[in-house]
Amino acid sequence: SEDSAPLLDYDLLVIGGGSGGLACAKEAAQLGRRVAVMDYVEPSPRGTRWGLGGTCVNVGCIPKKLMHQAALLGGMIRDARHYGWEVAQPVPHSWRKMAEAVQNHVKSLNWGHRVQLQDRKVKYFNVKASFVNEHTVRGVAKDGKETLLSADNIVIATGGRPRYPTQIEGALEYGITSDDIFWLKESPGKTLVVGAGYVALECAGFLTGIGLDTTVMIRSVPLRSFDQQMSSLVTEYMASHGTRFLRGCTPSQVRRLPAGRLQVTWEDRTSGKEDTDTFDTVLWAIGRVPETGSLNLEKSGVKTSPDSQKILVDSWDATSVPHIYAIGDVAEGRPELTPTAIMAGRLLAQRLFGPSSALMDYDNVPTTVFTPLEYGCVGLSEEEAVARHGQEHVEVYHAYYKPLEFTVAERDASQCYIKMVCLREPPQLVLGLHFLGPNAGEVTQGFALGIRCGASYAQVMRTVGIHPTCSEEVVRLRISKRSGLDPTVTGC
Amino acid sequence: FLLQVKDLFSSLGVGCNVLELDQVDDGAGVQEVLSEITNQKTVPNIFVNKVHVGGCDRTFQAHQSGLLQKLLKENSAYEYDLIVIGGGSGGLACAKEAAILGKKVMVLDFVVPSPQGTSWGLGGTCVNVGCIPKKLMHQAALLGQALHDSRKFGWEYNQQVKHNWETMVDAIQNHISSLNWGYRLSLREKAVTYLNAYGEFVEHHKIKATNRKGQETCHTAAKFVIATGERPRYLGIQGDKEYCITSDDLFSLRYCPGKTLVVGASYVALECAGFLAGLGLDVTVMVRSIILRGFDQEMAEKLSSYMEQQHGVKFLRKFVPVMVQQLEKGSPGKLKVVAKSTEGPETIDGIYNTVLLAIGRDSCTRKIGLEKIGVKINEKNGKIPVNDVEQTNVSYVYAIGDILEGKPELTPVAIQAGKLLARRLFGTSSEKCDYINVPTTVFTPLEYGCCGLSEEKAIEVYKKENLEVFHSFFWPLEWTVAGRENNVCYAKIICNKLDHDRVIGFHVLGPNAGEITQGFAVAMKCRLTKRQLDETVGIHPTCGEVFTTLEITKSLGLDITQKGC
Repeated sequence: SEDSAPLLDYDLLVIGGGSGGLACAKEAAQLGRRVAVMDYVEPSPRGTRWGLGGTCVNVGCIPKKLMHQAALLGGMIRDARHYGWEVAQPVPHSWRKMAEAVQNHVKSLNWGHRVQLQDRKVKYFNVKASFVNEHTVRGVAKDGKETLLSADNIVIATGGRPRYPTQIEGALEYGITSDDIFWLKESPGKTLVVGAGYVALECAGFLTGIGLDTTVMIRSVPLRSFDQQMSSLVTEYMASHGTRFLRGCTPSQVRRLPAGRLQVTWEDRTSGKEDTDTFDTVLWAIGRVPETGSLNLEKSGVKTSPDSQKILVDSWDATSVPHIYAIGDVAEGRPELTPTAIMAGRLLAQRLFGPSSALMDYDNVPTTVFTPLEYGCVGLSEEEAVARHGQEHVEVYHAYYKPLEFTVAERDASQCYIKMVCLREPPQLVLGLHFLGPNAGEVTQGFALGIRCGASYAQVMRTVGIHPTCSEEVVRLRISKRSGLDPTVTGC
Repeated sequence: FLLQVKDLFSSLGVGCNVLELDQVDDGAGVQEVLSEITNQKTVPNIFVNKVHVGGCDRTFQAHQSGLLQKLLKENSAYEYDLIVIGGGSGGLACAKEAAILGKKVMVLDFVVPSPQGTSWGLGGTCVNVGCIPKKLMHQAALLGQALHDSRKFGWEYNQQVKHNWETMVDAIQNHISSLNWGYRLSLREKAVTYLNAYGEFVEHHKIKATNRKGQETCHTAAKFVIATGERPRYLGIQGDKEYCITSDDLFSLRYCPGKTLVVGASYVALECAGFLAGLGLDVTVMVRSIILRGFDQEMAEKLSSYMEQQHGVKFLRKFVPVMVQQLEKGSPGKLKVVAKSTEGPETIDGIYNTVLLAIGRDSCTRKIGLEKIGVKINEKNGKIPVNDVEQTNVSYVYAIGDILEGKPELTPVAIQAGKLLARRLFGTSSEKCDYINVPTTVFTPLEYGCCGLSEEKAIEVYKKENLEVFHSFFWPLEWTVAGRENNVCYAKIICNKLDHDRVIGFHVLGPNAGEITQGFAVAMKCRLTKRQLDETVGIHPTCGEVFTTLEITKSLGLDITQKGC
């Protein structure tokens, strides 16, 4: 009854200070609400911990893109010679220096997030949260001190953490994950990356790029949820630039040798043969698990998916308990991307406390994989388009191209490739765009808008190109797969 | 071979005249002339109804493709369906498209050497002395910056890295030669007749072609396309043609230009100044009045102040050169430039190794016999007025590219216009070239991409109170660790409040501006609104994503500087 209800401390309590949680909290505060954020980083099995801001800032997008940039700069140093810069090759790379610079930047971002919360009068608790009941959450600080918070509305935005294999001897003891790699003080040395998702490929890509001996072990298909033709070009490029791929292999054991190196044993599933090699570092990138285990969700009544352990949500981001919401990587069926979490968080706060009723639209979310050759995409993959519309209703326009800068640098452009997936019937609505090449992220963003505006193939073709860029190749895609004509570069 | 060809013609029931070069008096002379006209040194050299077909193989190919039969049947009053004057981006695109549509096409291209004696191959300005070499030199400069950044990202080397101009120019010129060759090849593949000769109208439907040796031939066609483009303008002061260079010369310069004065404030001037400074040279830009006239002036100001403050380019504003004097010969030599203020009697002088003029370009329309057939040009600027199907006042003569009055001077525009023109003339299409919302990018050290209206133009057209301008600085993630400056990269969109906040102007100043802008241009073609921008998810971490989170309007006047992150 009204009388026995506890005093509610906050209008909104956000559990998880990552991209989505912080965006939601700040937006609610902006709308004049009393808001609290609880954030706590459980140290990784290797003991790595970090500050406020969640995965993206600390162990995701930001350090990953910076290390990717370090690797790209390595390529530019080699290019520079062709462009007249007299730099003696090869140039050695210092992990220690790079890591320190990257880590310093991340720390400045942690600080920035703290300041922003303070500026917006959001109360921040560095505590580990667990539900007491559907309106009350207990927070436990590092020193064991407890805080009880209650709120009218609660948003769960706890994200996810890397998964460790459970059946492989030595995996947990000796392996690291993306939670650790960016915070290593010393070079990981010769590295085995296990996994086939974008995290695995991105990490393997920059490790190779800064000169480390890197192997990727893949059980089945790389970049499973992406367009498979693009995916194979991504790995083909990596393989031709020094990343070793072990396909159809699964590790069975990691042992520490007396000298401290790691001996990994794996099974080649096609031949059934066993093989071993020695590495300095083993990085697991086999997926992520949502951070729902320690929340005591059963006390709140919030339901999770029995398969994924993710929180079940409706289109309003509400969980099975109407005043409890979930956004970002922890919510079932959402793309695991920072900008979607941010947008979802902001829209949720606006719906809760503002005049808006706008829902998050998860269609046509663009993204980019920052592998050595970047892969940007928006909309449907070719496979999805065919599955949805039927082969005979889909027209795919495609081209290989050579970035102008590659010519003088004598770089191989065999994998620079673009395809646009369209409906076949006029006006040939664009369903998806896939771009493999330098600056794919920058290229893709604007086209994502075009697709949102309902661009047709004809409209894309009517747009004048910007010369000389890579993105102009998109507005010059004349050859359809159906025509069978050669999509390779013809001289100029 | 000759017998095979003879057999072919007799099997077709066609009579042919044979001139046996080894049996006539001046066989060698004829062969030389033939090779001048046709670029073919071998015999047999076959012509059908005045059209050069080629050797034996090409004649049989033409037979197989049906071209030969067509040539034989042709009883046209003219040799060609189309003659294109000018083998630049627009002209070549038009010629190739017409050839694809089965037409008999000739292209005339001739590069009059610059006053410094520079000349180049087929492909026009963009390929030889424009977009391509400039972007490559820009890239060289960016790599210099990358070398600088790389130390911050852990790459270790101590030596002071020097730049070798000759290495760069050789690499770039090699690439250009391969492009020239590629164009020749693609004309040949499409059976377009190419003459490396200067074209002038002599009477209606008839053109005189003069080659490098002064040999003349005449050719007729049903339709003509003028695509002669432009060449850099000179100042008309003492010493300019003798001692100054232009963008026609810079990209193939055999020696490092050294301390350079760039005269002009066009995008060509700023781009050249930008990469020269980026290669480590001492660069001064002399500006008469407005920087990047026609572009958004706020962007122009931000771009030039970045060049001045962070990139080490000096600007001499409100001065014009009045005399250039040679102090020392050499590669480079030493030049004294005297300049005078545009606002008073003050004069200054300075000593430079190189003076690069980039004060504008003049249309190549005054010496091609247009007066002979009555094609009107704008006497002031030499541009050719055309209607919305690129037709001049003489109905069978069309014009495309940089010589058009009031149209963007951009390669992709010329290509688009050329292709569409050929399709309208010889195909079934009626699609016109759309000159609205043409995106472009200025490749200055900080690149500037734009599409649609400048803020000034938008205010002029729609009035300030009907516009909402959203803007923000941004700090590229890669710049943070590199220790590069914050609050110089800038994003701005101009929205029309009377039309659903439709985006009518897009402006971005930052790395990879060209790559960013292209997709936004597509979105603007699809009538992008601010709301759609807001609904689009960003790609993280990129520069382009800033446009999906623009919140601050100029009318609100809030601070847009970025603090920390």
